[in-house]
Amino acid sequence: MIELVSEARCILCNKCVQVCPMNVFSAVKNAPPMIARKDDCQTCYMCELYCPVDALYVAPDAERSVFVSEAAVETGGLFGSYRGVGWAATQAGTNHPVDQSFRLTSA
Amino acid sequence: MPETHSSEAINPARAAFARDADVLVIGGGPAGAWAACSAAAAGAKVVLVDKGCCGTSGATASAGTGVWYVPPDHPKRLAAMESREKLGGYLQDRAWMSRVLDRTYESVNLLAEWGYPFPQDDEGQPRRTNLRGPDYMRLMRRRVRKSGVLILDHSPALELLADEDGAVAGARGIRRQEGDDWVVRAKSVVVASGGCAFLSGGLGCNVLTGDGYLMAAELGAELSGMEFSNAYAISPAFASVTKTLFYNWATFTYQDGTPIPGAASHGGRSVIARTLLTQPVYCCIDKADEKTQALMRASQPNFFVPLDRAGVDPFRQRFPVTLRLEGTVRGTGGLRLVDETCATTVPGLYAAGDAATRELVCGGFTGGGSHNAAWAMSSGFWAGAGAADYAVQAGAGSVPRLLRSAGDTALRVKNAAEFDPGQITRAVQAQVFPYTINYFRTGAGLTAALERLDRLWVDIRSAGQSSAERVVKAREAAAMLATSRWMYRSALARTESRGMHKREDHPRLDDAQRHHLVTAGLDEIQVRRRPAAEYARQEIAA
Repeated sequence: MIELVSEARCILCNKCVQVCPMNVFSAVKNAPPMIARKDDCQTCYMCELYCPVDALYVAPDAERSVFVSEAAVETGGLFGSYRGVGWAATQAGTNHPVDQSFRLTSA
Repeated sequence: MPETHSSEAINPARAAFARDADVLVIGGGPAGAWAACSAAAAGAKVVLVDKGCCGTSGATASAGTGVWYVPPDHPKRLAAMESREKLGGYLQDRAWMSRVLDRTYESVNLLAEWGYPFPQDDEGQPRRTNLRGPDYMRLMRRRVRKSGVLILDHSPALELLADEDGAVAGARGIRRQEGDDWVVRAKSVVVASGGCAFLSGGLGCNVLTGDGYLMAAELGAELSGMEFSNAYAISPAFASVTKTLFYNWATFTYQDGTPIPGAASHGGRSVIARTLLTQPVYCCIDKADEKTQALMRASQPNFFVPLDRAGVDPFRQRFPVTLRLEGTVRGTGGLRLVDETCATTVPGLYAAGDAATRELVCGGFTGGGSHNAAWAMSSGFWAGAGAADYAVQAGAGSVPRLLRSAGDTALRVKNAAEFDPGQITRAVQAQVFPYTINYFRTGAGLTAALERLDRLWVDIRSAGQSSAERVVKAREAAAMLATSRWMYRSALARTESRGMHKREDHPRLDDAQRHHLVTAGLDEIQVRRRPAAEYARQEIAA
């Protein structure tokens, strides 16, 4: 579930507040959004995908909250790693991997 | 107990946000988005409300899906239909399958025109059989907005509204981020709020709590095929990703590493369920060669993210798996449709996507994905057009002045204590999650579960109206409870095994039960049979 909103990276655009289907975030005036309803997070990664500056980190554990150190996520290159796996819409103009599903499903 | 508590007059002028529309679409997943676009294209003024956010909400947006896209060449289409009929228990309707194939072909080609980046094969031919959820639904949101549709995000509908004749006349709900309420008066309404996965934590599925079933049933709509509601998807035990394709290349093992005989994603999922009753099940995707592994990563990159982040190499290391209930999301039950415009039994009320029954194209089984995606774009397209037609025929100035509330549970009873939505949700989950009750169904097991669920329903029916902070969760809990009771009522009535509905005490398919089961009612649930579409007898025998 969602564990980190990096203050260092966040530009206060509140896109995550808008796109989270479960309404987990709350906008805060002049500050990064707050993870206000963590228990409602469904670990769908959509917030990470839409964050324009890769300031969010969703831990893989869907059923419990775990401690995540921002430094470890930063050094592990994990910020933005969901966005970077090949979604076309967020990668416009870049050389994203093309969906190869048809080769697997027709096999 | 009365079937309904007294309904209230609703005055839109007292809502924080009020709007008149020709067509109101409830739900902004693929079915709702297609419905909104096609209603707008027919000239209707459209409002779309989503509990979460149109573009990111629902099972499709966060996952991705195959699409039942078959070029219009007769033998291939026939094969496409035939290949699914046995799996679905011969409850499909060839006429509907055929028009879904036609419509899906048109719609997917439109997606290409709109700029969806379909890949090409080695011959340079476009391959349009798969859609990546985030990209698809971001594009659909853009198309909805371009059509002039007003989108209200984070605006769950709480109940439908009716006119004095009982026809649908709009809906009302709350705006979670503004902390106030909305009322939309509309000449027709499309319910596209998805299926019900009981908050089981499947990818993107926690918004899917059967809300539309409840709202429509409160206005008298019927459901069909609710016994086909026990789809379980494989996922890593710790994670949310319920994408199952790659498990076709997996070996399932006990804790000590020895393979579990008969365990498989296809044709052996029940073995996994039985093993999970007593011990953990592990998995390694060890049958994929290096080329396939690379294709997998390029196909469904989100499959690997939780595994990568947990430090698991799924091609070499074993990881624990579980089965998550996806209810009617990968099931096929839903609101009954009465004609080709996807109208329900309630005047002015239409249903599309997983909110509607998919028996017409899938019978009693889908693997999710492909057919459901085709159904969402087709039924959405037809429901939107049908709702727009209905609004035009209703004519100008026909928006009713007097609106009555159609909702009930958690909304109407004054001067009584409200129920705890979390407690009711957990109590429902305790009856629908267990494989011993819902996967391996028996008359005794279903009856015992149903007694508990019926008692819960009596409790929440007399509970007081929910406070503003809890009302969304309370209505979700009520919808899941109502859904579970329709499920088990029809599962008890089908004393055979057909499609995904497997009865341990009736393990065979019974030719005499090739019919649909229609459920209606909330306090007293009626189940009746409807004949299935005509079918060539020799194919059943085959």
